Amino acid sequence: MSRTHVTCTINGDEVEFLCEDDTTLLDALRDEVGLTGSKEGCGTGDCGACSVILDGALTCACLVFAPEVDGGTVVTVEGIADGNQLHPLQQTFLEGAALQCGVCTPGFLVAAKALLDENPHPTETEVRYALAGNLCRCTGYDKIIRAVLAAADYNGSEG
Amino acid sequence: MIRVHFGQALRDLTGGLADVEVEASTVRELFRTLDTRFPGIGERLEHGTSVAINGEIIADAVYEALPADAEVHFLPTLAGG
Amino acid sequence: MAIIEQDTTNPGFKWIGTRPIRPDGYEKVTGKARFGADMMLPGQLEGAVLRSPHAHARIVSIDTSEAETMPGVKAIVTGADFPDLKEAGAGAADVDLAVNIIARDKVLYEGHVVAAVAADTRKQAQAASKAIKVDYEVLPHVLTVDQAMAPGAPILHPGTRTKNVEPAPEEDSNVVSRVVQQLGDIDAGLAAADVIVERTFTTKPVHQGYIEPHAAVADALPSGRVHVWCSSQGHFAMRTMTSTVLGCDPTRIKVTPAEIGGGFGGKLVIYLEPLAARLSQKTGRPVRIVMNRDEVFKGTGPASGTKITVKIGATNDGKLTACKSELFYEAGAFAGSPVGAATMTMIAPYQFENLLLEGYDVLVNKPKVAAYRAPGAPMAAYAVESVIDEICQKIGMDPIELRLKNASVEGSQAAYGPKFPKIGYVETLEAIKNHPNYQIPLGPNQGRGVASGFWFNAGMNSSATVHLNEDGNVTVVVGSPDIGGSRASMALMAAETFGIDVARVQPFIGDTETVGFNDVTGGSRTTLATGQAVTEACEKVKADLMARAAKTWNCDVSEVEWVDGQVQKLDGSEPPLSMAKLARGWGRTGGPVSATASLNARGVGSAFSTQVCDVEVDPETGVVRVLRYLTAQDAGRAIHPSYVEGQFQGGVVQGIGWALNEEYVHTEKGTMDNPSFLDYRIPVASDLPMIDTIIVEVPNPGHPWGVRGVGEVGIVPPLAAVANAVSNATGCRLTDLPMSPMRVLDALNQKSNGGNGH
Repeated sequence: MSRTHVTCTINGDEVEFLCEDDTTLLDALRDEVGLTGSKEGCGTGDCGACSVILDGALTCACLVFAPEVDGGTVVTVEGIADGNQLHPLQQTFLEGAALQCGVCTPGFLVAAKALLDENPHPTETEVRYALAGNLCRCTGYDKIIRAVLAAADYNGSEG
Repeated sequence: MIRVHFGQALRDLTGGLADVEVEASTVRELFRTLDTRFPGIGERLEHGTSVAINGEIIADAVYEALPADAEVHFLPTLAGG
Repeated sequence: MAIIEQDTTNPGFKWIGTRPIRPDGYEKVTGKARFGADMMLPGQLEGAVLRSPHAHARIVSIDTSEAETMPGVKAIVTGADFPDLKEAGAGAADVDLAVNIIARDKVLYEGHVVAAVAADTRKQAQAASKAIKVDYEVLPHVLTVDQAMAPGAPILHPGTRTKNVEPAPEEDSNVVSRVVQQLGDIDAGLAAADVIVERTFTTKPVHQGYIEPHAAVADALPSGRVHVWCSSQGHFAMRTMTSTVLGCDPTRIKVTPAEIGGGFGGKLVIYLEPLAARLSQKTGRPVRIVMNRDEVFKGTGPASGTKITVKIGATNDGKLTACKSELFYEAGAFAGSPVGAATMTMIAPYQFENLLLEGYDVLVNKPKVAAYRAPGAPMAAYAVESVIDEICQKIGMDPIELRLKNASVEGSQAAYGPKFPKIGYVETLEAIKNHPNYQIPLGPNQGRGVASGFWFNAGMNSSATVHLNEDGNVTVVVGSPDIGGSRASMALMAAETFGIDVARVQPFIGDTETVGFNDVTGGSRTTLATGQAVTEACEKVKADLMARAAKTWNCDVSEVEWVDGQVQKLDGSEPPLSMAKLARGWGRTGGPVSATASLNARGVGSAFSTQVCDVEVDPETGVVRVLRYLTAQDAGRAIHPSYVEGQFQGGVVQGIGWALNEEYVHTEKGTMDNPSFLDYRIPVASDLPMIDTIIVEVPNPGHPWGVRGVGEVGIVPPLAAVANAVSNATGCRLTDLPMSPMRVLDALNQKSNGGNGH
């Protein structure tokens, strides 16, 4: 079997990998590139645990074929911190106990970052609807929503 | 005297009796005394039964000491999720 | 600099009651934490599982010959590759476990494992599994308790005779056993009532819905040992069960716990581990098997579907006189529904003198049920709390007042026999009653519902080891997987015991070879039991260090004391010795400092919760919107309040999903119609308001810190709280869950057509 060669930018780094034509971006990230932060919760785009930002758009990596990403830009949970400096969302998730088991957390962080990048001061309702594509079974969402709002406020106070 | 209460699940072995009073200073002694009186009950009590002694539920209680005049209930070993 | 302001409640404690960042948190927010499917070993093969498409069938033959020749395939296993435990005379539970892992002569549910394949890639393994030819003789199936108990119903396990019924049955049945709780005289109790309400309720199977599917990696070593990585709620239990199915000693299996992406009871059992282990043994290479979501729904245990009739009598001034109930719980394909626990918990919040509760464990052709947070209790509480609510409506009494009037207190007799020790039920009722939420006026189509619940909580076995390190800090090794922040709680309890900054405590979850035996993380037991072991191990280290200090000062140990992480001479004649200093001198005073505590936890405290839910029902669509939700739960003592609140909130939202949306839908052929998160609808963020919490603290006298388990009871009241709110809003009493929009609309239409709204 021959595999397809893909070159793309992941979290700011140029990355190359081999995959089959029907390998999902999620499987390529996890099995070929070694970035296991994005999770498979359902494989059908219903849970958001595999959320990545692909060419600037929030996307479920399980719904994208890896060869489609050739020449593109991907941001995963491993890339949202600034070196050793946590993103405010990562900080507020920790301080606000917005994770219990933590498996949905990468997807939520990416989706929340996508939201705040576009809408820096969302209302609670806007946050809830923006994150409606991310399932969490542990928290009941309360502390997640509070952490996103706190990160938005913090960004605001930074000017 | 130890006041022993049998749940419904054990009453087929006690001939329908719900309560008895016996002398025993340990749970092991209690099981043996009860088994003499109600043959077969010892085996049931030794496996898969928790014992409540004065309200405190204890799993694997067979070597526990029994305070004087204790009240004892038998419960199925409880599981959670 | 913190972004979020902390709010701490600690009566006289320095660390307990604070909200530090959890020690494993940084890995979890940066994608570095390794969950079950994240392990990759050199040379690893990938597995796929072949599952029955039929709800009930005899396996006539399995032909793997073509599959074996397919590209990349290295090994295939079927039931024949595992010991026959029935023949070996093993106990019924072990036999059922082994047959559930992989079918032998029959498949008993859609999704039942028939074979497993290991190949170079998952795609190759899946293709090969599809090429395995299985000849089935399809048999008739049963999907509900009514079908299972109907005369002439197909029998899942021939030879099953219902236990604990008089007279002893002479025919095979799908009813495995009957369990009874009895008090007083039920007929007299009902006769003494002024008002009696009787209703029959049905609930559907619901899945625990953990976002992480099951995954396991097994590496069979040449020495005969097997190393397994899996996420689970208890790696020692996984070791025990895997060894049982494989037919080897547990000591030969090492299980390393991965981080776990949710369990709620569903990961207290094994599914993939023996398959991966046997494939690894056959190939000599590590094998990884991961379930997809379809397999999780079809192949792993949901919570029981149920049919429950409850009849309660009360006087006109609100005194409950009697409760009679018949409960039928689906066990799935093998015996063991939690109907017994249901009978023991359903009326625990109330003092009843007359009770007759009869529960039946019923086999159906569906996956073997697994525990789901307070297993058995939510469905029975739905029934009892709904009937009590209807009684309140009939006699015109406030639902909190009626509960206060009948509340179990210290010394009340529980349905299952013993008297309650110190409990905090009344405090949860008062907390709701006194909260502003309870007074908020309701608008049109809005309603308020109250419900209470109880869970025993477990004790069981835990072992922990505490090491003093050269820098004076400590490593705390436990064997309890961390589902919801327990590492943080262990660190706080250790910090409090030593009187040192929690940052100086490094918690670690050891594998089955680096820490003593531990029972599972479940049953609301971890903070209590593992916390006891950690505390005791810390106390041993303290005692050892005081002895070392006494040796250093050449005095008796009675002349020294422990204060804030240091040993001091009572007479102050020497400067204190810090833990670091004592560590540096350990060679001279006896050697390194380390202590283990292993115990079967005592002093378990039970938990109560009372909850109030406000809803708005759309009369045109039947959609129920939760406007406000408040829960008050007795935690005994909240070690880390944020994670305690998190357990409350998580349980509540699972209960809301159970009440409003979630259900297994089956076709007539016995196959699952909605095995995806699209069609099996769990609550999402836009469905919900904030979940307000009140941590009630009635400390448990049996625990060094007063802890009561908090993980489970939160899911017990919501089914009824939501149903009671819907009843209050619409005048319709819904007795069939979930209250999806269609069912609510049907009830509303029936009511407006002159029906009784039932």
